[in-house]
Amino acid sequence: MTPTAVSQEQNPLRDPQDKRLPRIAGPCSLVLFGVTGDLARNKIMPAIYDLANRGLLPPSFSLVGFARRDWTHADFAKIVRESVRAHARTPFHAEVWRNLAEGFRFVSGTFDDPAAFDVLRKTLDNLNTERGTAGNHIFYLSIPPAFFSTVTQQLDHSGLSQDAGGAWRRVVIEKPFGHDLASARELNSIVGAVFPSDSIFRIDHYLGKETVQNLLALRFANQMFEPIWNANYVDHVQITMAEDIGIGGRAGYYDGIGAARDVIQNHLLQLLALTAMEEPVSFQARDLRAEKEKVLSAVRLHEDLAASTVRGQYDQGWQGGEHVSGYLDEEGIKETSTTETYAALKVEIDTRRWAGVPFYLRTGKRLGKRVTEIAVVFKRAPHLPFDQTATEELGQNAIVIRVQPDEGVTMRFGSKVPGNAMEVRDVTMDFGYGSSFTESSPEAYERLILDVMLGDPPLFPRHEEVELAWKILDPVEAFWATQGRPDSYPAGGWGPECADAMMARDGRSWRKP
Amino acid sequence: MIVDLPGTTTAAVNKYLVKLRHDIGAMTLGRVLTLVIVVAETEAEPAIEAANDASRQHPCRVIAVISGKESGATRLDAQIRVGGDAGASEVVVLRLFGALASHGDAVLVPLLLPDSPVVAWWPSQAPVDVSESAIGKMAQRRITDAAQASSPRSEMRRRADNYHPGDTDLAWSRITLWRGLLAAALDQPPYEPVLAANVAGASDSPSADLMAGWLAQALQCPVTRTRTGAGTGMVSVRLTRTSGNIDLLRPDGAVATLSPPGQPVRRITLGRRTLPECLADELHRLDPDEVYAETLTRGLAMVETPHHNQSGPKKAVPPPAREGESPS
Repeated sequence: MTPTAVSQEQNPLRDPQDKRLPRIAGPCSLVLFGVTGDLARNKIMPAIYDLANRGLLPPSFSLVGFARRDWTHADFAKIVRESVRAHARTPFHAEVWRNLAEGFRFVSGTFDDPAAFDVLRKTLDNLNTERGTAGNHIFYLSIPPAFFSTVTQQLDHSGLSQDAGGAWRRVVIEKPFGHDLASARELNSIVGAVFPSDSIFRIDHYLGKETVQNLLALRFANQMFEPIWNANYVDHVQITMAEDIGIGGRAGYYDGIGAARDVIQNHLLQLLALTAMEEPVSFQARDLRAEKEKVLSAVRLHEDLAASTVRGQYDQGWQGGEHVSGYLDEEGIKETSTTETYAALKVEIDTRRWAGVPFYLRTGKRLGKRVTEIAVVFKRAPHLPFDQTATEELGQNAIVIRVQPDEGVTMRFGSKVPGNAMEVRDVTMDFGYGSSFTESSPEAYERLILDVMLGDPPLFPRHEEVELAWKILDPVEAFWATQGRPDSYPAGGWGPECADAMMARDGRSWRKP
Repeated sequence: MIVDLPGTTTAAVNKYLVKLRHDIGAMTLGRVLTLVIVVAETEAEPAIEAANDASRQHPCRVIAVISGKESGATRLDAQIRVGGDAGASEVVVLRLFGALASHGDAVLVPLLLPDSPVVAWWPSQAPVDVSESAIGKMAQRRITDAAQASSPRSEMRRRADNYHPGDTDLAWSRITLWRGLLAAALDQPPYEPVLAANVAGASDSPSADLMAGWLAQALQCPVTRTRTGAGTGMVSVRLTRTSGNIDLLRPDGAVATLSPPGQPVRRITLGRRTLPECLADELHRLDPDEVYAETLTRGLAMVETPHHNQSGPKKAVPPPAREGESPS
């Protein structure tokens, strides 16, 4: 009997047919910059615990916190524990926690202090020998982009950024990826100067959501949707991301950025790309990104930006059962601020598939409710062999991908109303992905953090995509900058009147999601 | 909500299900499969509960078929559970008496969800050849649990002798995380062939047998199986390579240590998987499990069993499985 050969590429215990074998990440540690931020506490730390709870973290996994606080390792562990107790998806098990917390370390220091990075380096070296992290490190920059330059250069100087002896280094960054094309390029060159481009993982958490990945399954695993997914049958597409909250405590970040840069540039254009792209030759990162880039490069703005874009700013009003203040009254916002909290955009895609089909993108804060959806609205049937009165109430067919909340897919079509007379009215057919399926399915951050550890890049946008998105948005921002103040809209509604007027000019209307 | 329909017919049950759907809202519409539980009265409740739990990940219609006394009058008692009493599933409990008791398949046909897979599960006693049994024939996937049999080892042999694509056993899903950890250990350098392996586990643990069979089949090296006290479950796996041993050791049934040669010992939580977890895992994929088939039909026979009665590792003797837990 000759034992089966083992090599880096060939692991005899990993049979491609063995579909139940879990993907457990290899030994590594994660260095978290910005441990006190909301994102770290609400999303990243709980996701790490959930991964541990599901047995998907390597036994040697270590989490290193880096911040200006004067904390001990135990203080840091306490902070993580609080966040896990409050936000983790899976139940708290003391045993899992104990094993995970053994790998927690804290390094105190400022971003511009080389001594702190020397301590960080020593800490990571110790982890290699104490816990066997094998020299693999992830640097998670959950910090404002203004600090990227300092931190990456410090990492470089302390020798932490170079791959050594087969070990890897990866860096994770969050949006915003700049505020226009020039700044995005600058940011990319800062991070790219230290880390090679395939080691940079940009997180757009929308792409980690099950429903967004389901969009690929819906389109490319089925026969019944793709044949009508084109200009012959589709009248237009609406992509909406509405939030019911205001800017909260994020005035410093939000003012001057606005809704379009905050949401349209990344989330909505990514959703547009996935909705409109051609079929990739495979779901390998390279092929998927190639298709997304192709379609993003074909996106064209309308010539008349005044007629095809809308800005709004929320005013005080009643939202739900609560009276909320207007944007200009929010703490930290100047009375003269022209930052938009609502943005809508009409674009077209210059490809054979989509010629003449407008894509309407809208996002806003303090809208009627929190909802994200992609609605593909179809043309009316070319001929209706009914009396005119029979189809008076019949709308257009639609396929709606509900991204959040209540994830799923809705189809809208006409059905006869029971009774003697022939009368056709809209009904909906629901696929409720969210009600029971996702109850136990992972959070977006779990999936994305695991993918970073495994070095699996398909769900992360590449720099080229970021640039293309800015190329679409920059002319709009430049136009808006010349237009003075945005229209105001009452909180709790569906945006400014001019947004409805924009649709009305095209003979269409916004869906009420 | 629980509705009892004593002395009924399947047509009446079906009618009632449709009525409930009208009254409460769309229930069956999102279900993706029918899970048939073939079980004795005494073991029915824990099995249904586990199925309800698993249904949170895989919405399904659960049909529990409970055969009562074959003597006496022929009767069908049904019970329908929906809403809070049924997790994310809807549960139909069918109790068969008299001549009907041996014709569970006939009662099932009208109640299966249209055009969707059927999974059959025997939580304890299963027929010798499940795929040839009347209910097994209807199912794409047949789940047995060798650990619950009075003699798990001979039960495992029966499964091997009668294997058909689509058969699977919960003893196999119980070691998924173990297998994942071992595979991940071999992902790391040094990339050397495994020269020998040892699996220690309870004498009554079919999971440990399957683990040994899997390693023997995949690694093509001598694999020995050490028997520890009954109820100890999986205890350890050792992979021997030129540079040293990789040891995955779980002495207490909860926390394991992984020791690759020349590297620090790593601790990891590796509790016994609960029944709902294992069941949800089984419902995850409905195509035949080729790796299980290979392990069962070829791997098991390749494992060497020491002739003398081994006492296992000298470490503290692990506590027996707690009640309600199956040895893994």
